[in-house]
Amino acid sequence: MPFYVSPEQAMKDKADYARKNIARGRNTIVIQFADGILFVAPNPSRALHKISEIYDRIAFAAVGMYNEFENLRKAGVRYADFNGYLYDRNDVTALGLANAYAQTLGTIFTESNKPYEVEIVVAEVDDSPERDQIYRITFDGSVADEHGYVAMGGQADQVAAALRQRYSDGLSLTGALGVALGALSGQENGDATKLTASQLEVAVLNRAGEHRRFRRLTGARLEALLSEARASAAVGDQPASTGGDQPADGGGDQPAGGAQPGAGPAI
Amino acid sequence: MGSDFAVGGRFPAAFMSAGTSSFTDFLSGYAPGMLPGHEMSGLPAGSSLDLPHGTTIVAAACDGGIAMAGDRRAVAGNVIAQRDIEKVFRSDEFSCVGFAGVAGVGLELVRLFQVELEHYEKLEGRALSLEGKANRLATMVRGNLGAAMQGLVVVPLFAGYDEDSGAGRIFSYDPSGGRYEEHRFHSIGSGSVFARGSLKKLYHEGLPVQDAVVVCLQALYDAADDDSATGGPDLTRGIYPTVATVTADGFRRLPDAEAGQIAQAVVAERLQAPDGPAAPLRPEPAS
Repeated sequence: MPFYVSPEQAMKDKADYARKNIARGRNTIVIQFADGILFVAPNPSRALHKISEIYDRIAFAAVGMYNEFENLRKAGVRYADFNGYLYDRNDVTALGLANAYAQTLGTIFTESNKPYEVEIVVAEVDDSPERDQIYRITFDGSVADEHGYVAMGGQADQVAAALRQRYSDGLSLTGALGVALGALSGQENGDATKLTASQLEVAVLNRAGEHRRFRRLTGARLEALLSEARASAAVGDQPASTGGDQPADGGGDQPAGGAQPGAGPAI
Repeated sequence: MGSDFAVGGRFPAAFMSAGTSSFTDFLSGYAPGMLPGHEMSGLPAGSSLDLPHGTTIVAAACDGGIAMAGDRRAVAGNVIAQRDIEKVFRSDEFSCVGFAGVAGVGLELVRLFQVELEHYEKLEGRALSLEGKANRLATMVRGNLGAAMQGLVVVPLFAGYDEDSGAGRIFSYDPSGGRYEEHRFHSIGSGSVFARGSLKKLYHEGLPVQDAVVVCLQALYDAADDDSATGGPDLTRGIYPTVATVTADGFRRLPDAEAGQIAQAVVAERLQAPDGPAAPLRPEPAS
């Protein structure tokens, strides 16, 4: 290589590259509500999912390059099934999974020429909203412990700001769906007021139930929820005033796997 | 196994490879020691250990589904090793599995099979066909052949609702992994001979699911009546057979109270007629 490139510059270039490509995509929103955790992503494909089940109480959401986050999703499923079989189903946790993702992404970011252009969320539903865990892991392996809601993808700042305005604790399912749709509106996601069930990928982790808590919401059920959410949003279309008791963007980052070089999260 | 997990806590290469959607295949590459029966195939032949054995499982097809039931006894030689063992399990939303034979291997086989089906469903985004599930189980039973040759024999009975045909289907296995589709009903385990005789006389085509449950419990009673290794309903302790049904609505394990009620009714009838309901001597003329 003819030119010297300082490590700082190399890391910055990689981070800029990943951040730029992630920002080109559409958004994925993860939001807590009274009876679980809701995932919403504008996604016309029925087969190429951005939101998936990992284990009984754990789900995965991503933005960025499909082949890269699909690879991570499969690794996560193997990790969860392997540990659940080795120990017990209760011993598979979102934290362990988030750490493995962070280490993997961090290593790829530092050691390979091209970083993964992905951002992922690992969410685990528990018996009460306070005990839910939502971890957001960025392309360089940084982990953030989030509460309430997370927005990833293009113009995530603006979507997160819109969520902050509307979000409040203890939302109903339709309430949370309304908040998510409202936040998606006006971004690259198309006109959210006109998004149909076939253009959205929606799933929930139910707080109650046995075995596997992950459910996709599709077809007629989703259509019904969408019209309900829009109707209720039209009635009370003002930002929730009680949203202030949650840190807006989940506070500071909490690197769970040692300090990572390079840039912070791409938001 | 897992030795490369320590390297910085990141996913080992095996986890990130394109690889297979089969959890068993993944294990046999990454951690073969965790496969059921793996460490047993090197044992000397003819070991005289009296290990707990699970006994009788029965299954019957019904209108739009199947019913499966298993007694609760495990025996080690002539000792009752366990009075309330469970031998019938949910394998996924539309199927169930029971086992007869060495309990330690059988329980592990069932646990692995459950993970196998869920793992495939999560990785591929769709569930295996019933036929596919039955074939996977055959491969897993064959994987235990080495241990089976040492005397650690276990065979499963698999049944489920076939979403394609809208009917219940039953599959039985031999220790070498032979897979056989059974029609109408089947039984496995030490009491299976007596159970099958009973099933043969009591079974009718197109039984509603609740009647198929009664047929299964009658057959188990008859098995327990003549086979010392099969446990009958234990009224004093309130231990009743495990009963599961699989229909278009999915898997359902009958709550203990419900299974207990049916089992108590069977016992009450037997107080009047110890040999159970009698089948007609000649088939009723077709009308």
